[in-house]
This record gives sequence, structure tokens and C-alpha cells, in this order.
Amino acid sequence: MFLRNALRAATALTLVAAGSAAADTITIATVNNGDMIRMQGLTDDFTTKTGHEVEWVTLEENVLRQRVTTDISTKGGAFDIMTIGMYETPIWGANGWLVALDNLSEGYDVDDILPAMAGGLSHEGTLYAAPFYGESSMIMYRTDLMEKAGLEMPDAPTWDFIRQAAAAMTDRDAEINGVCLRGKAGWGEGGAFITAMSNSFGARWFDMDWKPQFDTAAWANTLNFYKGMMDESGPAGYATNGFNENLSLFQQGKCGMWIDATVAASFVTNPNDSTVADKVGFALAPDTGLGKRSNWLWAWALAIPAGTQKQDAALQFIEWATSKDYIELVAANEGWANVPPGARTSLYENPNYQAVPFAQMTLDSILSADPNNSTVEPSPYVGVQFAAIPEFAGIATEVSQEFSAAYAGQQTVEEALEKAQALTIDAMEAAGY
Amino acid sequence: MARAVTQQRKIINTTAAWAVGLLIFFPILWTILTSFKTEAQAIADPPVFLAFDWTLENYGVVMERSNYGRFLWNSIIIAGGSTILGIIIAVPAAWSMAFVPSKRTKDILLWMLSTKMLPAVGVLYPIYLLFIKLGLLDTKIGLMIVLMLINLPIIVWMLYTYFKEIPGEILEAARMDGATLREEVIHILTPMAIPGIASTLLLNVILAWNEAFWTLNLTAAKAAPLTAFIASYSSPEGLFYAKLSAASTMAIAPILILGWFSQKQLVSGLTFGAVK
Amino acid sequence: MATQHSRSAARLMMAPAVILLLGWMLVPLTMTLFFSFKKYLPLRGGDLGWVGFDNYVRFVTSSAFWPSVVTTLIIVGGVLAITVVLGVLLAILLNQPMWGQGMVRILVIAPFFVMPTVSALVWKNMFMDPNYGLLAHLWKFFGATPVEWLSQASLPSIVMIVSWQWLPFATLILLTAIQSLDSEQLEAAEMDGAPALKRFGYITLPHLSRAITVVILIQTIFLLSIFAEIFVTTGGAFGTKTLSYLIFQRVLESQNVGLGSAGGVYAIILANIVAIFLMRIVGKNLDA
Repeated sequence: MFLRNALRAATALTLVAAGSAAADTITIATVNNGDMIRMQGLTDDFTTKTGHEVEWVTLEENVLRQRVTTDISTKGGAFDIMTIGMYETPIWGANGWLVALDNLSEGYDVDDILPAMAGGLSHEGTLYAAPFYGESSMIMYRTDLMEKAGLEMPDAPTWDFIRQAAAAMTDRDAEINGVCLRGKAGWGEGGAFITAMSNSFGARWFDMDWKPQFDTAAWANTLNFYKGMMDESGPAGYATNGFNENLSLFQQGKCGMWIDATVAASFVTNPNDSTVADKVGFALAPDTGLGKRSNWLWAWALAIPAGTQKQDAALQFIEWATSKDYIELVAANEGWANVPPGARTSLYENPNYQAVPFAQMTLDSILSADPNNSTVEPSPYVGVQFAAIPEFAGIATEVSQEFSAAYAGQQTVEEALEKAQALTIDAMEAAGY
Repeated sequence: MARAVTQQRKIINTTAAWAVGLLIFFPILWTILTSFKTEAQAIADPPVFLAFDWTLENYGVVMERSNYGRFLWNSIIIAGGSTILGIIIAVPAAWSMAFVPSKRTKDILLWMLSTKMLPAVGVLYPIYLLFIKLGLLDTKIGLMIVLMLINLPIIVWMLYTYFKEIPGEILEAARMDGATLREEVIHILTPMAIPGIASTLLLNVILAWNEAFWTLNLTAAKAAPLTAFIASYSSPEGLFYAKLSAASTMAIAPILILGWFSQKQLVSGLTFGAVK
Repeated sequence: MATQHSRSAARLMMAPAVILLLGWMLVPLTMTLFFSFKKYLPLRGGDLGWVGFDNYVRFVTSSAFWPSVVTTLIIVGGVLAITVVLGVLLAILLNQPMWGQGMVRILVIAPFFVMPTVSALVWKNMFMDPNYGLLAHLWKFFGATPVEWLSQASLPSIVMIVSWQWLPFATLILLTAIQSLDSEQLEAAEMDGAPALKRFGYITLPHLSRAITVVILIQTIFLLSIFAEIFVTTGGAFGTKTLSYLIFQRVLESQNVGLGSAGGVYAIILANIVAIFLMRIVGKNLDA
């Protein structure tokens, strides 16, 4: 083994000496979302252009996260590019684990990246990951059911309107639920939704002294409103519904409204998969008049772990995959509705893309989310539906498990909040706050 | 009269056994059936059993998306390699425990089994760091070693119980004839123990094939076996039951087929000393 | 019989296995112990110094600790009870004269070959999903409201999935044991007019006790560390967090290696308690 590694290292050295034109094979860890699968399918284009080969490690989100975190924190070097999100990037960047993306080529036009995305993927002004696609969240609703209920969706509704509309659209006999929302445990699932929602109710995770805030009225209001509305108008088993489950419910015409990731818009309007493709309207995520809406901000981005031997090839790949040309390539192959959204300003200035029905609402949603100022009262953390501190993922997963248990009726909202407060205090102490 | 009774009983037995057998097998059957449906038929209400348009589309998609051949090859090499390694180390150990027992033999056996109770996830970081240091990360040989160690206690125990049933007199006789220890093990003991070794081998291949923690966490692209393959199909965006079923079928089919063909060998030795 | 010479040869032959396993146990164990006394947060720069028993105290005083121990015991106990009882019944059934015995055995044995991840995915999505699952359709067919298996009956659901995976193993071992039962003894008892239940209780069951012990021992070892079934189905929500899942949460989700390692030490202690308990029974039944 040692010998083989030594040989490999020697070969690598010779190759480097021979000039940077040498072909490398880079290993990329990525999530199994549709846009990434599409990228895998188009890898040949990259190989033709640069000569570098690509090995894909495609994993589902939770496994991917656990896999890349282990590797980067132990400096394992198993991957040359990692697909990470807005949560990991600033933390890892601050630790010096990622290669700064500060010398991207002229033609890449780094200033074209949407400022909200670039901001969330930077640490102290330095970009550490390039967004492959970005998203916010918004309301997707059935125009036909809304009309039937005799209501009209405003562009920027309140939660009270949503609840009222949900009740009016619900028809249990026809298996139509007024509103479908995530309730599934996990910080990136129901945890993300309820945190974004709580922002609009004036709640926050921590006060300026990093004291957990689950004992506040704002959190109780958030949870009670959510549970009340979902019990009235939500689908059966909403406590275990995540993005996938709701997507498929909506596509089959079983939801009146769905508030979720903006990228879902292309799935629900795709007539191949969706039975309601031509009856979907869009609106901004709701608020309660306190000045913050309940939409989040997220990006799946590509980053290079510090210490990789194949930094040049990795950088070339990132420039390829997040470029304007890549967007053109997907548009040519699969149509404009299927290009990776939310990453570049120029995309939203492109008349071809402006014709896509959800383009403008997606952009408006993204622009209205501010990770640096996400809560009504001031908070010490960066992030809309998360707090960018290393402990958050663990804490929020446990907190969301308590919430899900409350949704399922196994405990009361008060009990869930009490437990959430206790376990957050405990975890924050363990982390040394 | 008596004949009629047994005939009647046989019919009842057969019906009951087949009913239970099909019930137990049903989840697998359903997965295989679903893998031939379209996505819409896979979640159709009411569900369709056989009257759907059989399609190979899902398999096509999976084959196009993933390098199935490599995952399969890695699974075969890792499961096979770890089993062979394990047998090579376990045969002498089990032999000495069975034929030259000491007061501590039983303690050693039970201690070996107890090493299997260490929670794997608790030692992920230490092992990961060790693997980086030794250059074993994402290598088949590294996984072979880990899986061999995980299953070694089971192998030793199975072989031990099997060897114990071999009468000692035969060995005595061989020794009288001047056979060396080496000859004794290779020429006399091993042939007699072939069924037991075969059964141990099979059980081990199954256990190694299905191990999903280390195989997932210690690999990237090069050494990833089928457990990593399936992790790229669980919970994508949307409910793709048909594709998930196709991937599942492809992940379990090789071992299922191997298991079925060799079930006689597997069963005959799978006693763990439970039969006297 | 054993000479001094063969004794030392035997030791030599045992050495590789013993040394390897000793290494496999000691190296991680030492490292776990080492980390458990440290504040070790990979995302905050790694090793942040010694903290004495802090991690140990924090791990047990966490509100999740005792429930996780209870959950672990319920899952292990539940699966053992189901697989042993059904395994005995199934073994007896399969031992009867019938047509196509080989085929039935192939059907029954099949779940044992299925990867835990796959079986969890299949059960979760295609059977237990409250909207699209086959069980939901079955319930609706009989006019009942579909059960939300993985939230309302989370623990029983997981016990069921795991039992499905391990029933074949139990059945096979018990079947082999039953086949070795002296049928003349049973026939004699039948001649004497002993009712079936009595024959089972006085002859079959005692004969099977050794096989049952083996099943319990082997399955316990595997069940104490089940992970994939929980990770895939509930992710530890709805009271399904076992001790090893809690450690997973501490180490990987919270990225607190010190705290997780302390949990690992507790898990080893729990495993040993279970082991000692088992050895007591096994020791009697299994003169190894």
C-alpha cells in the first residue's frame, strides 16, 4: 500500500513537472438532487474542454453531510470538491479548511453571482464556495382552488390570510388539504421551515448573549399557529412530511398551498411529473406584519478542501459548473425552466428566463432574505433558517425532533418548547458559550 | 385411513407454510415488481400488482446514472476478500481451541464475541484518522481488514463449534502415523470440516456484503461498494419509488441469488453448536 | 492428550486471531477513552484540552440518555421475543411433511440477505408511508384510517422491520435443531396419548433450549448496534433514539467527539452488562 501510494505521489509529481496541461482525475462529493444528477450527465462536456476526468460520489443529503464533515475535519483528503451549503461554508472557511476562491478567471465574472448568495458563501468578504444553485422559499398555490374558494392570493400575504385560505380550500372528502408544510424532524427539513417561519413571528434562536429563546412567547405563538393550522388544514401524517413527501402530494393535486423551496417551482410546473402543472401560482412567503417574512435562503455550492493535490483541476471544474456557459448548456439540452436557478444575476436579466413563470417570484424571494439581519429583534448569528455556528446542526436536529413529536400529538407544544430550551442550553454549555 | 389423514395434513401444512413463506417474501417481491413500473404506477391508488406496463426504463436510468459494475465489483472483492482473510486467520485459532482446549478457551471465545458490541460510530473518528495515517482510506484492502476484524469473532465461533464435532480419535490416529501438525490440519481436519467452512464462508460473505457503516464512511469513489450505491438513491428530490426499487433490486440481487443457490450449504453448518 | 508441545503450538495458532482482535479492541478503546476526557470539537479546532469527567457527567445528565437506554432495551427485547417465538413456530411448521419444502425455505430465508439500508427504505416508503404505502391502502380497503406508522407507532414499526430481517436467521437455526430431534421419542409420546401442547412443552422446547440460547446470543450482539434502520426511517425522532444512535448524534451531528466518546464508553458498559447477563444463561446452556 505504502509503495503504491509512494508511486502514485511520484507519478503526480512528474505530471505536475510536465506542466499543468496534464489530465487529472478529480473526485467530487455531491448530493443526489435533480440538478446535480443533471450535472453528472453533462460531465463529458467538461472532460472534452479540459481533459480532466471526474469521479462522482453521489449521496443523499444526510449521508453526504456526515461523510464530508468527517473528511474535512480530519483532513482526510478523500475529495477534491465537496458540495456544501450556506451553513457549512462560513464555518469551514473560518477554520481555514477551504481554498479561497479569490482568483477566479476574468471570463467567469464573479461579480455576476447574486450578492445574497456570494454573501452567504463568504467569510470576512472572501468567497469560499461557488453557488451551483440558490433558493429561497415561497408560496406555491393552486390557482383553481383559490378561485373556487372565492379568494385571491395577494403577492405578499400574511399568515392569517394563509390560515383562512387553507381552511377554505380544504376538502377532506376530495383529499385536498389546504396547506402542506414540512414537519419532518431534521435541521434541514422541518427545522429549516419552522425557524424561517419563527422569524416572521418575531422569534429568534438566541439573544445577543447567546441565550436560547424557546421560552419566549414568540416561539410559542409560532408553534401553536403552525400546529393549529396544520391540524385544521394539513395532510395526514404531516409530522413526517419533508420536501419529498410534500412535493409529491402537491404534484398529485392534494395540496391547496405549499410553502417551500423556490426550486420546487420547476417540478410542480413540469407537466411530465405534475398533474397540476398549469394551475400553479406563486407568492412571497407570508409574514405577520413585524417586518420579516418567513422565507429562507440557501445555496448548494461547490468548494475545494484545502490540501487537495488537484487544486487547479478542481478550480477548473468549479468554473465550468457554475459558469454562464453551463447554464446555456442546460438550457440548450433541457429547456430554460430546468437550468440551475438562483445563482447568477445575469440569468434573471435573460429574456428567455424571464419568460419562465416562477423566475421573478424566485428572484424577489431571494432578494428579500437577509442572512445578516434575519430576525425582528437583533440576533448574534448569521443565517436565516439556521445559525452559522458549528453546534447548530446537532441542536436543531434534536429541537426539531421535539417539535415533530408535538406535531404528532405525542407531547404538547409547551412540553416540546421546554425540552428544546433545556437541550439547547445544555448543548451550548458543552460548546463553551 | 391413516394415509388419508397424513395426506390431509400434508395439504394443510403445505398451504400454511407457503402462505407464511410468501408473506415473509412479499416485501422483496413487491420491490422487484415496483422496479418494473413507471413512477406513476409505483404510487398508483389503488396499487397495481401485475397488470401494469412492464418497463425496463428504471434499470436503464440507474445504469446510466451510476457505475453499477464498479460498485458490484467492489462489493464482491471486499466481501470475498474479507471472508478469505478471516478464514485464514480463524481456522488455526478455532482448531487450537477445539482440540487443545484450556481453562480459558471459553473465556477467550466469549471475549471475542464481546468485541463485536463496541458501538461503531463511537470510534469513527479514531479509525478514520488511523486510516488516513496508513493510507487506507478509500481502498478495498482497508475495508477488507475492517470487515474481517468485525466478523472474525463470528467466524472463529462457527468454526470452533464445527471442529468440536470432529472426533479426536481420528487425529490421534494420524498423529500415531507420524503426521505433523501442519499435515494434520491441512490433510485431515480441513477436508472433514469443508461443510462447516463453506457455511461459515457464506454467512460471512452475507454479513460483509450488507455492512453499511464502515463501507459507507471509509470510502469515496474508488472502493465504494453497493451500500454506497444505494445511498445515492435514497431520498432524492421527489418520491422515485420505481427507481429506488430498481436500485434496491440491483443491490440485493447478487447476494440473494448466491444465497439461494447455496442455501443447503449455508443451512447445514449454521448451527453455532446449537445441535448436539 | 495434549502434550506440552501441542499446547504451545496451539497457542501459536491462536495468536494471530487473538492479537488482531485485541488490537481491534484496544486501539479504538484507548482512543475512545482518550477522547472521552477531552474537549474535542472538530469544527472548533479539534483538541481543546483535558476536561476530566465533564463529558461523562454531561452525557448521563442529558435528558435523552435514559430514554435511549430504555429504547435500546425495548428494541433488543422486542425483536428477540418476536423472532424466537415466531422462529420456533415457523421451524415446527417447516419441519412438517409438505410439498415444496425447499422453495418455502428459500422464501423464508430471503430477508436475511437484504441490506439493512434497503430493507429500511423499502419498509418506510413502500409499506409504511401513510399516503402511498401498501399498508395504508390495505387499511383504506377495510375502511380504516391509515396508521402513520413511523410517527404514531414508531417503536413497534422499527421492531417489526428488524424482526423481519432477523426472523430467517432464528428460524434456520431452530429448524436445524428441530431436525436433530429424535422423532421416535415424539412418536412414543404420541402413542402414550400425550397432547400436542404437552409434547411441545416437555420434549421439543427443552430440546430447543440450546438453539434458542444461541439465537439470543448472536442476535443480541447484532441488535445492540442497529443503526441503518433508525437512520433511514425516523432519524431518531418519535422516541426511537437508541444509545448507539444518541452517540451518532453527538459525534456526527453535533460534532462533539469528546461527548460522543464518553457515550461510547457508556455503551461499552451497557454491552458488557448485557453480555454478563447473557453469559450467565449461555454458560449454563452452552458448555463451550
